[in-house]
Amino acid sequence: MGMNLKGAAFEGWRRENGRMGVRNHVIILPVDDLSNAAAEAVANNIKGAMAIPHAYGRLQFGADLELHFRTLIGTGANPNVAGVVVIGIEPGWTGRIVEGIAKSGKPVEGFAIEQNGDINTIANASRAAYKMVKHASRLKKTKADLVELWVSTKCGESDTTSGLASCPTVGNAFDKLWENGNTLVFGETSEITGGEHLVAARCRTPEIARQFMAMFDRYQRVIEANKTNDLSESQPTKGNIEGGLTTIEEKALGNIQKIGKKCLVDGVLDKAEAPTGPGLWFMDSSSAAAEMVTLCAASGYAVHFFPTGQGNVIGNPILPVIKLTANPRTQRTMSEHIDVDVTGLLQKQMNMDEAGEALLDCMLRTADGELTAAELLGHREFSLTRLYESA
Amino acid sequence: MTIHFVVHDEGDSVGVVVVEGLKASNRINGWIMDQDKMIEFDAKSDIPIGHKLAIKPIKAGEAIIKYGVDIGKAVADIAPGEHLHVHNVKTKRW
Repeated sequence: MGMNLKGAAFEGWRRENGRMGVRNHVIILPVDDLSNAAAEAVANNIKGAMAIPHAYGRLQFGADLELHFRTLIGTGANPNVAGVVVIGIEPGWTGRIVEGIAKSGKPVEGFAIEQNGDINTIANASRAAYKMVKHASRLKKTKADLVELWVSTKCGESDTTSGLASCPTVGNAFDKLWENGNTLVFGETSEITGGEHLVAARCRTPEIARQFMAMFDRYQRVIEANKTNDLSESQPTKGNIEGGLTTIEEKALGNIQKIGKKCLVDGVLDKAEAPTGPGLWFMDSSSAAAEMVTLCAASGYAVHFFPTGQGNVIGNPILPVIKLTANPRTQRTMSEHIDVDVTGLLQKQMNMDEAGEALLDCMLRTADGELTAAELLGHREFSLTRLYESA
Repeated sequence: MTIHFVVHDEGDSVGVVVVEGLKASNRINGWIMDQDKMIEFDAKSDIPIGHKLAIKPIKAGEAIIKYGVDIGKAVADIAPGEHLHVHNVKTKRW
């Protein structure tokens, strides 16, 4: 095995709270759907600032509102972000998000539209964004040990080649990163259906297994309560079925190849919750690609592994998404979306250690600043998970 | 030698086609990954890349085994070399 992760390093930005980031974004973050227009106008005014529009944030309440706040605060606090301008329709919830992000120590300023109007808000927020981008552009990169890189994973538009080769490639890399002491996460609660006993058996303690099964069982109850059929065409998706996956059990067994053969599950996380230490975490989450990757970014992860079969094109505004495929047709027809080609695994032209190392090599290059396919193509999917209807 | 289909484990009842344009009656080579063994077969259907073929006779009602694990039940008899998918296999969940 060629690659020795001990002593491996990357160059990124050390943030005020000590975390290492691999991108240096200044983001314009709307609190709610009404503030998207102003946020986009600010990002248009100030080059190097990026708006992250989304569809929600009004009349949410209870746990659903807490998740909204946690996701937006986590996104702003992520170490790939240098500074944040928050814009909301009113000052109350805007201030709450500003305060949450400010705990990370990074520059953050909030602006409310009521009693100001869009035009004055855009002018004031643009001045703040101008200073923040100027500040971010002066920050110097520093070297850090690989152990400081937090890595998340989730697969999408999976097919049978995902379970045969691209998910096991992530598993191989995760085994190596876990032994190295990195902070890792996987999730996709419904997409473990049929393999839940295998994940429970990989939990480090019976208590962690119990917490995992409680999350799994809760999600099953949501599906049982709302389903109108066996979920064929939703989970597995139409694309999964086109790619040859027949049942949720088959899809799940492919999915869980991402946790490799050695990693143990060291703990569980609620959606967008930050891990409290190194190891492999399970996050209770949707299996929809953009929702799950958005939650990973909000939990503080800095690089993402995304195996695909049929060719999911996903990216994220702040989290570089590294895509890999083992499907030769996808590699032939959609190569501009693929960062790591592991098609050789299915013809025995490459072994699993070589594939895992190719992925880790791409991860280190990405951490050092090389752009991913999704970044080059402008994929910035940001999808907030909702728990129930607004009031 | 081209590998036409891949099987996770030799106890499995299915393999996955990994080449484009596989036609019925083609003599095809399969690789069993976990045991690193090769097998030969005749395809009985045209099977798209990524889709499965049975590698054992399967009766309606029997479990389909892949990764050494039960992934659903047959709802029709399936012969070795036949296309196996949503038309003849269903989930046991939901």
